This record gives sequence, structure tokens and C-alpha cells, in this order.
Amino acid sequence: MSSHDFPFHGTTLTARPSGALWWAEARILTVSDLHFGKSDRHARRSGIMLPPYEIAETLARLEADIAATNPASVICLGDSFDDLAARDAFTPDHLARLTPLMAGRTWIWIEGNHDPGPLDLGGQHKAEYRAGPLSFRHIATADKGEISGHYHPKAAIRTRARTVTRACFLVDAHRVILPAYGTYTGGLRTDDLTLSRLMAPDAQAILTGPSARAFPMPRYLDA
Amino acid sequence: MVRPVPQPPTLPPALSDWFGTRGWSLHPHQQEMLNRAGAPALMLVAPTGGGKTLAGFLPSLAELADGTHEGLHTLYVSPLKALAADIKRNLRTPVEEAGLPIRIEDRTGDTSATRKKAQRADPPHILLTTPESLALLVSYEDAPRMFAGLQRVIVDEIHALAESKRGDQLMLALARLQTLRPDLRRVGLSATVEDPAGMAAQLARHPDPCEIVFADPGPRPDIRMLETAEAPPWAGGGAAYAIPAVLDEVRRHKTTLIFHNTRAQAEIFFHNLWLANDDDLPIGIHHGSLDRAQRERVEAAMVRGDLRAIVCTGSLDLGIDWGDVDLVIQIGAPKNVKRLIQRIGRANHRYNAPSKALLVPANRFEIVECKAALEAAYENDLDGDPPGPGPRDVLCQHILITACAGPFDADTLYAEVTSVGRYRSLSRPDFDACLDFCATGGYALRAYDKWQRLVERDGLWHQRDPRAARRIRMNIGTIQDTDTLKVRFRGRGGKPLGEIEEGFAATLTPGDTFLIGGQVVRYEGLRELTVEVTRRADKKPKIATFMGTKFATSTQLSHRILRMFGQDDWPELPGHTRDWLALQRKVSRLPEPGRLLLESFPHDGRAQLVAYGFAGRNAMQTLGLLLTKRMEEMGLAPMGFVATDYAVLIWGLDAVTDPTPLFDLEALENGLDRWLAGNAVMKRTFRASATIAGLIERRFPGSEKTGRQATFSSDILYDTLLKYDPDHLLMQITRDEAMRGLVDFDRIREMCLRVGDRIDHVTLDRVTPLAAPLFLEPGRVPVSGLANERLLAEEADRILTDAGLAPTPGKPQWRVGW
Repeated sequence: MSSHDFPFHGTTLTARPSGALWWAEARILTVSDLHFGKSDRHARRSGIMLPPYEIAETLARLEADIAATNPASVICLGDSFDDLAARDAFTPDHLARLTPLMAGRTWIWIEGNHDPGPLDLGGQHKAEYRAGPLSFRHIATADKGEISGHYHPKAAIRTRARTVTRACFLVDAHRVILPAYGTYTGGLRTDDLTLSRLMAPDAQAILTGPSARAFPMPRYLDA
Repeated sequence: MVRPVPQPPTLPPALSDWFGTRGWSLHPHQQEMLNRAGAPALMLVAPTGGGKTLAGFLPSLAELADGTHEGLHTLYVSPLKALAADIKRNLRTPVEEAGLPIRIEDRTGDTSATRKKAQRADPPHILLTTPESLALLVSYEDAPRMFAGLQRVIVDEIHALAESKRGDQLMLALARLQTLRPDLRRVGLSATVEDPAGMAAQLARHPDPCEIVFADPGPRPDIRMLETAEAPPWAGGGAAYAIPAVLDEVRRHKTTLIFHNTRAQAEIFFHNLWLANDDDLPIGIHHGSLDRAQRERVEAAMVRGDLRAIVCTGSLDLGIDWGDVDLVIQIGAPKNVKRLIQRIGRANHRYNAPSKALLVPANRFEIVECKAALEAAYENDLDGDPPGPGPRDVLCQHILITACAGPFDADTLYAEVTSVGRYRSLSRPDFDACLDFCATGGYALRAYDKWQRLVERDGLWHQRDPRAARRIRMNIGTIQDTDTLKVRFRGRGGKPLGEIEEGFAATLTPGDTFLIGGQVVRYEGLRELTVEVTRRADKKPKIATFMGTKFATSTQLSHRILRMFGQDDWPELPGHTRDWLALQRKVSRLPEPGRLLLESFPHDGRAQLVAYGFAGRNAMQTLGLLLTKRMEEMGLAPMGFVATDYAVLIWGLDAVTDPTPLFDLEALENGLDRWLAGNAVMKRTFRASATIAGLIERRFPGSEKTGRQATFSSDILYDTLLKYDPDHLLMQITRDEAMRGLVDFDRIREMCLRVGDRIDHVTLDRVTPLAAPLFLEPGRVPVSGLANERLLAEEADRILTDAGLAPTPGKPQWRVGW
């Protein structure tokens, strides 16, 4: 389990192997796209009943990241709940695990495109948040020094013996895009046209997994 | 109970006159089918080209000739929709020319929505369809009305269906029809099979008997190996060496079908054939990954007789009558003798004329295999495994289908299901577990009380939300087409080229070139989940293959081959193949009964290990799982394995120097459950079963436009269940199914004990003759552990070194110039 540090807009940030972003100096832990309640929304809308354990699993990983970093602030970068009604899937048991994580910390729910943020869980609700030279929002804008989520990036890295695909952070001079942290979340490959146009030509992809490792971002050719 | 014995129907005069004007008379088995038309269950076993399908229809034509029957009379089910369309054409000719008042229509995935609607309101006398379309019909509320007059159901090519989940789905649908129409008669048409009685038992309503009619098997097929001046290579599936000889054969015949075992091989062969086709012979390619418009163009050209040859895969299998095919060429060894015989039934599609086929082994090992297969074919030594119990994932889908048609009673449905041969021993608790899965998800954590799919009211099970029926109907079927991505030329409105498997797409990085539809293209990137490519003039693609399907192979063949290896010399084989075997004996050894040969050598930048067990594919697959477990524990970083009937090939980052600890029985068994649960075979099986059982949707309303977040890997669902709900129904089904493709640990233990220290470990510096063909086997199982981490670390270091930024020891730091 090793993390990857990188300089960004005058700060040093740490990409954790779990997909969480740690800013040690400010003691801010950022996670994106938790998508709590995804299986509940699925059942409600389509009748398909996925294994109802994704909240427990996502919470378990969040507990581990918080225990390892002891942050002063936690920022959830939007799409924390799969939709507003998915809040109902959050049972008293889940709440009993979330409450101690929030206790004694600044907790910020950023609005996403799926949810405006859970209204009754405490913490602060914001469309975006600024701390020092950095801004935090759900979807990337033209702003510089920006941390965002939304795209669920994943990268396919060609090694000498096989191609390995994993969820990843995307980093260039002006923006960081976080991988999705939620358990039931798919990914968008970095050689998709949208991501290739969004990120600068020298962008890096930092892969999650047992260790966080940086590679040049695989891109759509001549995007 | 005494059944009135129906009079043997005679041919209606109009039809026998029509036969008479053409100088035709009925074959004995066709007459016999007429004579026994009243049997509740009747199966005909006849070779391809024996007028089998007509034999099935004759009683229907006789019963319908007087024009008094109202509504649907006969339902015909075939495994291929192309076959349904073909039969429609062939059956309408005699009916129309004899002036019989019989309406015949087909109904498949290709039939228009308007046509389908009209068929439900006013069904034809004879409806030709597929198992999936029938399952869909059964799911409609108006099914009882549509099937009101139904007398007979004919299942064509039942041998092809009986071994698959499509067959199970069909038999469950027939049980439904039988409840609607208790006097429904079932007819099965089969090619030659090894166990006709077993197949008949699947056709009949359990425990009813099933009568069997055997046709004269006809003359022996004329199958030979193609002799070429050029020697085949040691390895490779392309058979490029045989291109000139194959072109000669195409020139000499009217129409040639060139079969391949995989789509990738078909693509490569077609590409090479085209480069060598100096006479510009009209040759087409046909396989399931091509764009539908392109496939239909080829089919139409074939029917018109415009093509001299078609390079194809199983998509053209199963006795479709294309008219003038006078030669079948099989490229690559026929992995299964039965399949070979059924395929060559295609050439010279006339009864009493021997079918003509040429085998083109792609490499020297395949020459040995072909030799063994030819011997087996001549001795009528057909292969196949006895069927197991009916799969529960198909049952789950059937329960959902039943619910779509209206509220149902669980007791009645259970009785209906157990009238299907393969489900006869399904226990009530097992049935109830499937029902609970469909209703509530069946999880230990009862999370979906509010959103149950099915709810019980007044003793009947109802859908909670009847609108969900549409989604269930969209996902009917058990065919495991792998997930695919569309391929098109770059830019908005680019021309569609076909589809590639998602697993193959995942290995592509922008700039890679590959073959599709016979042309070389370059991967540019993705746009909205579509693979965008540009055309390349290259002769050789960089990525040679996309994945193929793994065929069920046969253990008989492997025993024959091991026997051949024991000979001192092989005068029956071509000289180059004798030399090749002699070379194997010289540089390494030939496998022997009672010993285990292991070879270690470097190849392709990886360390390779081959174990020649000759114990059948299931045992070899299990051995692969066990050995990679030990190799991972020993830090050798295994990356994957592939099993054949004969051997398992394992590749990884570090070489095995001492095989003894690999076979340490205690260490093998320790932690085995965890290793088995986490492996790719299990995850692959889970994906298939979860899709059939309705947990994963392949299609949903508006699915073409959905974004990335809608799809996530089924592996995540599997891992979550393994951690939180390991005894869930789908996990049980997955274990059952996966274990059918594996063997018990006990058998491996026995093998280890039997072999004892008679392990021959040969270390070499290069691939051996016998190992070479293994490198192109489909069905590779990846092992993702230590190796992935080491490879990523290496690659990251390499990039740093290339950039002149050697990693600082201890903690690598990425320095970016901003």
C-alpha cells in the first residue's frame, strides 16, 4: 500500500491507493462519487435487486482512509447519494457508522448531478468549496487549481506483458479529477474523446489499486 | 387411460400428386413419421440432407390439407433464425404449388413489430420460430389465446439445442404450452447422436415415453486431409501455408464453405485469401461479429449463387440449405467429432450422395488431432458428456417469464417445471429458493421489502410493477454473447464495421492495428462507448487476434493421441509431422501414460511452464488453478493459464526451477477454497449465470445512450457477494456450474499420488515442438495478483528511466515540470 505524492498549484497532494485524495498540509481528505444507495435506486426503478451491500462496503473503505489520515476536514465531491430517494437506503446501522466518522470534523457535501447532497445527515452543503489555492466542485470547469470528480476515470496501461486497467486520478497543471470511490461504480476510459479533450496533453493518470502509480495518461489519438 | 389410436394419416392427394409430377417418393423414415403422427412424443434421427425437416412437417401438412383447422396448428422451433427463414422458403414451395390452404410464417428477432403484432392476433397455421422468440410469446398475457389450436410442436436440430441452456429454456416453454394444450404432440428432429434415448427423454414430458424413428444413415462421408506441397508450421491457427491449395480447391468446385473454429481465425484467413486471390474469385466472409447489413449481403449473394466461397464460423452451421455447396473445408482440427460430421452434412446436400469434406490442419499437432478425429469418425465414435440436472439460472428466468404472463400459483408452476426431463429431480426447496430470488433478491439482508419484484397476494404471485415486464422481455434468452463494443470509422456518422469483444477492446491502446471484416484498421480511441478506427493500408495488423470461443473438446481424442505418441514411429503421418514428433522426443520427451511431463522455457518475455496431463480439459483446467495458486504463494508471479485436453500452459514472470513444492499436496489444499473462489473462471461463470437469472441486464430501455456510470463490472457484484453473502443462490449456481468445468480436488490428488515422483521436468531455452500450438489456444484464464503489481512498477520505472529520471530508491517520486 503506497500512496503517490504530486505537486499541484503550490501544494503537495497525495493520491491514495483507495482513490481518496489527501492534502496533508491542510489535513483535508477528499472522496468523490460515493453513489450510496445505488442498489436501492436500481431496485426501485428497474426491479433488479443488486446485492444490497454496497453501502457497507463503501463505508468500510472510508473508515479505513479516515483512520489512516485522521483528517480535519472531509470533502465528498458530489454524487454522494445515487439520488435523493436513495437516502432511504441508508439504514440506522449505516448511520451509526457514518456519525463517528463525521464527529469532530468539518464535513462538506458538494452537490452532484445525481443528488443535491443529503440534507439530514449533518455537515455543510455547498455547490463548491475553496481552500487556499484550491477549489472543489463536482464537474470540472475552466477554473485553475480545481479538484473535481464526476467522470469516474479509468486507465488501461500497456506493460511489457499485459494491459492493466484500473480506476485512476487524472492530473494536469490545472485540474485533478478523482476516480469514483463508491463500490458499484463503472468507469470511463481515459482514451475516450471527452476526457482526452478535457485534460492537457501532458496529463498524468495515477492508478489506484494495491499501490498508487503515475503514468502518462493514455489518450484518444490527435484529440 | 386408453388413447384412441389415430388413423395413420395419408398424404393429401394434392401433395402426393405434386410429389408424383416431380418423380419424388417418400423415404421410409418420412412414411414412418406419418404413420406414427399420433404419438405424444416422437423423435427422428436422420443424417443431414435426409429430408428430415420435411419428415417432421408431413403430418402437419396432412392434417391441415382440408382447410378446416382454425388458428395455429404447428409450432416449429429451430436454433437459428436463418434456418427458420430458410425452412419457410422450402416449405412454401410444395404448399403453394400443390395449392394447399396452409399459411406459413416465421417469427424471429428479425421480424418487424407490425408483423409480430398481427401474428399474435391472427396466428398462421404453421409458425417457424426460435427458442428465444417462443419464450417471448409465452411471456404474453394473451398466450393462451394465441396457442388455442396448437396440435404439434417440432423441434429441429434438437441435438444442437439439447446440450445448451437454450434447450433448457425451450423445454420449460414447452411445459408451459403443454399445460395450455394437454394433447400437444412433441416431435424432435436430430442428427446422428451417441445417445438417442437420452435425447428423446429430454424431448418427452417426464415421465412419458418417447418413440424414436431411425433413418438409414446413408453412405459414409468422404472426409480427407488436404495434401499440400508446403509443410504446415509447428504452431498457429491461420493455416496460411494452405492458402494456395485451398484456392485450387475453390476453383475446382462450384461453391465451397470454409469453416473456422474462431472468428479471429476466419478474419485472418479471409485477409490472407484475399491477398492471394489473383483470379478475383468472388469470396465472402460471414461471422457473428460482423455488422448485420454486411452479413445479409453475403447471405443474399450466396442464395443467388454469386459466391464461389464463404469463409465462415459456426454462424453458418446447422444445415441451412444454401443449394449448391459441393465442398466443405474445415480449417483447424475439428475439436469435436460430432461437430465435424454435422458440418460436413452441408456439402452435397442430397440424400444418398456422400458428403465431401477436406480437413486443413493448421499446424503439425493438428495433423495428429485430425488423424485421430478421422479414425474416430470412421468408427462412429461420437463424443459428448451426459447432461446434468437442469440449470437453475434458466429456471429463474423462466419464473420471471411466467410472471410476465400473469399471476401464477407456485405449486402449479413447480409441477410444470418438474415435467421437464432435466428438471425432474429439482427439489421443492431448490425451486422455492429460485422463486425467492426472483421475488426478493434472495439476500441474507432483506433490503428490498418495498421494492420486491414479485409479491404474493391471495395465494398467487404477481409482479409488483407490471411495467417491469418490458425489461424482462428485453432480456429473454440464454445465449452468452460476450459484451461487445461497436466499431466504426472515426468521426460523427462514421460507417459501422461490426463489433469487437469488450475483453479484446480492453487490451487495445490507441495506435494499435487489428483486423475486422477483412481489413486492417487503427484504433484511435473511444467516443460514447464506440470504438473509433481509421483505415490502414498495412498488410499485417499489429494485434493478430481477437478472442475466440473455447470449444467443448473430447476426451476420446486425447486418449487416441496419447496412444499414438507411444509408437516408435508414425508411418501413417506425413513426413514433416513424423519429423516433428521425432524432434520433440529428441529435444524433450513425448508424454507417456503413468508419468507427468513438465517443460519450462522462456517465451514472449515470460517464463512458461507446460504440464502434459492428457486427462481431459476439465482436469487440466483444475490443475492450472492449483499450480498457479502454488506459484503465487511461492512468489513466482503467475499471470495466467490455458488448458486443453492434453496440457495446461502457465505463464508468469519467474520460472519454475523445482517442481516438487508445486505438487506439495498439503500446501495445495491449504487456502484452496479462497483461491478457487477468487479466480477468473468463477467470475466468468457468475457473469453468465447472473445475466440469465436476471440480475444483470444486457438490454434496457434507452440502453444505446446510457453513460459510463450505468455499467459496472459483474466482478464487483461477485466480490461483494463473496464477502457479504457467500451462500446466496447465485453463488451456489456459480459454484455448481464452474465445478462442472473443473474436477474434484480428489481426482487431482489421486493423479498426484499415482504419478508420485514420476515427474519429468525438462528445462529448455526455447519452445518445444509439442508446446508451440498451446500459445494460440483460446480460453485463457488470467491470474491477477503479484504479477500486475510488478508489471506496473516496472512500467513506471521504465518511463522514469526513459525520461532520465531514475527512481530514487525507496520512495519513487514523480516530478512534473510545473
